[in-house]
Amino acid sequence: MTLISTAQLIIGLADLAAAFLFMYGLKRMSSPVTAPSGIFVAGLGMLVAILASFLYVVDADAASKPFVMINVGLCIAALAIGGSIAWLAGKKVPMTAMPQMVALYNGMGGGAAGAIAAVELFGGKAGGTTALVVTLLGALIGAISLSGSLIAWAKLQGVINQPFRVIGQQYFNLLVLLATVAVGAYFVYAATGGAARFLTSSHLIYLFFALALVYGILMTLPIGGADMPVVISIYNAATGLAVGLEGFVLGNPALMIAGMVVGAAGTLLTLLMARAMNRSVQNVLFTNFGESSKHKPSHIKGSLKPTEAADAGIFMRYAKSVIIVPGYGLAAAQAQQKLYEFVKLLQSAGVVVKFAIHPVAGRMPGQMDVLLAEAGVPYDLIFQLDDINDEFKTTDVALVIGANDVVNPAARTDKSSPIFGMPILNADQAKKVYVIKRGQGKGYAGIVNALFYAENCDMVYGDASAVLAKMIESVRGLGSKAA
Amino acid sequence: MDFAIHITGFVAIYIFMLAAFAGWVIIGGVPAILHTPLMSGSNFVHGIVVVGGMYALLNASTVQQQIIGFVAVLLGAGNAAGGFAVTRRMLAMFQTSGSAGKHPHSGHPRHPRPKAV
Repeated sequence: MTLISTAQLIIGLADLAAAFLFMYGLKRMSSPVTAPSGIFVAGLGMLVAILASFLYVVDADAASKPFVMINVGLCIAALAIGGSIAWLAGKKVPMTAMPQMVALYNGMGGGAAGAIAAVELFGGKAGGTTALVVTLLGALIGAISLSGSLIAWAKLQGVINQPFRVIGQQYFNLLVLLATVAVGAYFVYAATGGAARFLTSSHLIYLFFALALVYGILMTLPIGGADMPVVISIYNAATGLAVGLEGFVLGNPALMIAGMVVGAAGTLLTLLMARAMNRSVQNVLFTNFGESSKHKPSHIKGSLKPTEAADAGIFMRYAKSVIIVPGYGLAAAQAQQKLYEFVKLLQSAGVVVKFAIHPVAGRMPGQMDVLLAEAGVPYDLIFQLDDINDEFKTTDVALVIGANDVVNPAARTDKSSPIFGMPILNADQAKKVYVIKRGQGKGYAGIVNALFYAENCDMVYGDASAVLAKMIESVRGLGSKAA
Repeated sequence: MDFAIHITGFVAIYIFMLAAFAGWVIIGGVPAILHTPLMSGSNFVHGIVVVGGMYALLNASTVQQQIIGFVAVLLGAGNAAGGFAVTRRMLAMFQTSGSAGKHPHSGHPRHPRPKAV
């Protein structure tokens, strides 16, 4: 067996193992019991594939032979630098910043796919119309995913606070996309023997990437922060697709399979999220969510009734049952530990406490589950929307912490509301509702919440962490007096 | 024997179709509690793009290709390493899933409800 065919055999086996381990790892990750081991299974696949890939030097292009040592050195340096920076950042980032971190890593993947396409295009390695079209398609999707994910990151990080909207924006965006496709088509035409009269092919490549990156920015800018989970999920699927397409160009089945598995899985995840909000993906991307709701709906009666944290805490201490509805405010205030401390106090006083999680609470589906798990809240206290929604009407107190849109009754009743039809948690049906909120502002979607004005609802203003601390103090105070 | 992999035309389309179906089935029926970790996990899996970047860089024959290839590996490695780190951290929190007994107050409070003052 020659050296080259030995290398090919090893790479082939490693990629086969990687493809299997990725799918098996993802399968394990889709059940809570086996999930923690799933990432290690997938990680092993990644390690095997990366190590075997160094063998590409054996069968490298003749033209690259003089640069073998430099290329291997660059490769090791890039792996070490990129890997260690991202690794350290991933270890240090607070749990509450996870969504934007996933967006950032996802953008990197999209950028890598785009860069691979660029190497293929500049090197003139992708021959034939099919290969060129697939390369460009992967490049387009990868580049959009890169710049779009960066905007999503900036929005979640608070660097960009306001959705950027201009009249006719969607048409302008469509024009940019069409222009990108036109440049790509012209490039294919020129590269396959057509007479290129305008730009050189490398100028066309630059122009193509610039337009694709701009499109990714323009497409993401008008989308409100509340929709970012869906957007990140879309870009996650998009990056997978781009990776799969570039895998086809490189003839690498591990990339093809892993990319397409993620593309499909990400698409399904996106649909699940959009369904939870009762909106179509198209609606998320192309409708200016929250814009139509700046007026206060006329049918809202009553007023906001502020109350003291201590009073609310004591009231809950003497309730029979409490359902807690956490939202992004809990994550922002890093109050999950405090919350569980308070819950344990209530439990030791005999109160039955449950958590109700809306599928899109927080900035990412499941973010609340992760936060509560971090604080040590056991699973059997955590209930999803369908499992607990009927219990609100027999519950003494609903405690809403930093959640807004997911408990807005307008979704049930107000046809003009942008969130009409979205399944919500029926917190308003509890006998008493307390809402912990930072200020009187509107929710992330910018919609007035009729619940806050309801007869049975009191508002506790303040940072969730500080409010919970006061509640804990007041309930503890009772205990010591009683003793 | 020839171990070079040639995937073209219909074979590629079949692979894409089967892989897409596999991804769809794997994620189907996943509880909402795992949505964020799973998005993060699938984000890690497409970090395999680093392998494509390595291929491009190891075959580079101009400075331009070396620079872009370097960027590809750099970004791909970031995607893979970062994706692994955050996914592992998220999933580590689910470690206690089988041992809810660690939390004595879970579900049914053992302490009698004190009388109201």
